[in-house]
Amino acid sequence: MEPFGRLRSRTVVLPATDIDTDQIIPARYLTTTSRTGLGRHLFAGWRYTTDGAPQPGFALNRPEAAGCAILVAGRNFGCGSSREHAAWALYDYGIRVVISSEIADIFRSNALKNGLLPMVVDAGLHAWLLAHPGAELEVDLDACRLRLPDGRELPFTLESFARHCLLHGVDELGHLLAQTPAIEAFERQNGR
Amino acid sequence: MTPRTMFDRIWHAHEVVPETADTPAVLYVDLHLVHEVTSPQAFALLAARGLRVRRPDRTLATLDHSTPTATAELYGHVPMRDAAAASQIAALQRHAAATGIELLDIGDRRRGIVHVIGPELGATWPGSVVVCGDSHTSTHGAFGALAFGIGTTEVGHVLATQCLLQRKPRTLAVEVTGTLAPGVGAKDLVLAIIARLGVAGGTGHVLEYRGAAIRALSMDERMTVCNMSIEAGARAGLIAPDDTTIEYLRGRPRAPAAADWERAVAAWRALPTDSGAVFDHTETLDAGRIEPMITFGTNPAMGCAIGATIPARDDPSYRKALAYMGFAPGERLAGRRVDLVFIGSCTNSRLSDLRAAAAVLRGRRVAAGVRVLVVPGSEQVRTAAEAEGLAAAFVAAGAEWREAGCSMCLGMNGDIAAPGQYVVSTSNRNFEGRQGPGVRTLLASPATAAAAAATGCITDPREFAHRGD
Ligand code: SF4
Repeated sequence: MEPFGRLRSRTVVLPATDIDTDQIIPARYLTTTSRTGLGRHLFAGWRYTTDGAPQPGFALNRPEAAGCAILVAGRNFGCGSSREHAAWALYDYGIRVVISSEIADIFRSNALKNGLLPMVVDAGLHAWLLAHPGAELEVDLDACRLRLPDGRELPFTLESFARHCLLHGVDELGHLLAQTPAIEAFERQNGR
Repeated sequence: MTPRTMFDRIWHAHEVVPETADTPAVLYVDLHLVHEVTSPQAFALLAARGLRVRRPDRTLATLDHSTPTATAELYGHVPMRDAAAASQIAALQRHAAATGIELLDIGDRRRGIVHVIGPELGATWPGSVVVCGDSHTSTHGAFGALAFGIGTTEVGHVLATQCLLQRKPRTLAVEVTGTLAPGVGAKDLVLAIIARLGVAGGTGHVLEYRGAAIRALSMDERMTVCNMSIEAGARAGLIAPDDTTIEYLRGRPRAPAAADWERAVAAWRALPTDSGAVFDHTETLDAGRIEPMITFGTNPAMGCAIGATIPARDDPSYRKALAYMGFAPGERLAGRRVDLVFIGSCTNSRLSDLRAAAAVLRGRRVAAGVRVLVVPGSEQVRTAAEAEGLAAAFVAAGAEWREAGCSMCLGMNGDIAAPGQYVVSTSNRNFEGRQGPGVRTLLASPATAAAAAATGCITDPREFAHRGD
């Protein structure tokens, strides 16, 4: 996993609440056995017309969305399935930060394992971000602060271990494997 | 001693390393269920790092998601519709053979939807931790197991270490008092719970379903309830084990046997939440007030009593959902035409679900122009349903009877509806496009689905109970 440095990008906004994983990546694209290449199917049902042409008016298809690495979404982003393909598709497309006032548990966990920052902000900041698509933001993960275009710096929350792993590109599996003696002792003591 | 919740007991019993401010807990996994869709990249991760599967004996794999349900396709008499699905299935067959994981393969009489077969085989034990790369792993919570869905990277973690890094979730008690009215079932109950909690009401929490109405449910019904915990955003849903649980597990192939059985039962009886234990939150519902439910929107919390009218709400996402569904506020759902009925999925594909549907359809014909797909949850359910004449009743009515699998629950295997069609479905998600692009899904119980099949429109299943057979 790539370490997450400071990031500066304009935002693309999808204001709908409860954007579920079936919208992020529809099930028909889950037959892949690879983690890459899913970016072209990101939000497929909203992004393309039935004959595969770009859906005019969909936020990601507007010229100003090109190159945006920050997605601001309505409350409860990523609900539904455990499919990690949702995080892979966002990352493969070029998204590095997803901001919402609430993010679903499994999606959050999947995002963190793939260098994608799931950022939960308070309702006030969320409302401001939803109302200002294209805002240029700077994310400072080390300080857990988000800098707005007017220079204001506001905090966001991220669990400390997740922040550490993301910041340094630490792979959680390495941390788990280092616990092998404790795992062996647990198995012995508990008849596993 | 301080009174403890069942969740707390199970969590502590599985802490290999407790959590600290800086690090999550290392949590031991007793049973890891694997299916073809969320596992290939995890096996690739192990191979890339030269790691072995730590406990193949605590891992059980099956094929269900991208697997065909048409007999000829499943058994290779005609090719699968999708080459990618075929290669995904082949990948799990290969990985299982190489790592020593038991795979309930195509042709195995024990194969089926991962959350149907775990309990059916007696592999899901009270007090255990069960995980699977699938959000509906919450189903197994019906046994008092802490069971939750994980992503593919975590599937790799469990394969390699039999453990997960987890922060301890909070607890939410869902107290269901009273008795369900005749003609109202577990699916109606859980849809009512989700309508109350909302799709994010359980985020960060483990639910414990409690109260007289929960105690009265059969194991099949408890599984229906726990299955949909994730639709309220919860990590898991738990129901305390009792005589119903123990009688269900007794004698199942993977349940503890002989002297182990007695010891296990004693441990299971000590699991339930102590009186006086504190939950972070509590919600209370009166079962007696619940009516047959149906959803009208694009998330499972957008549901109402089948005889009600669609509520109005001043919210753009809500209006967008109704526009997708072709509905308007104030409209009545009962009497609306439907195109297709799907009876299946890990929510409602067990024998009792099929019995409830067959009770409505037996001796009747599926309404003209309606397609009905009945997909049993496992090959064992299929065999049992055929032996007791349920399958024959479905076929005589004009429904399609299939092999076990997820099928139209997520439409990965080609079982989908056409854009714009209305599907009454016993599955768990009515998200946009879940059953095919542009398809409109209405979630309901097996009895309600069967009633729609018989009449061709949304119908209160209690009308059939009155008419009799
Ligand atoms: S039946 Fe549906 S919800 Fe259940 S495991 Fe299969 S796809 Fe998932």
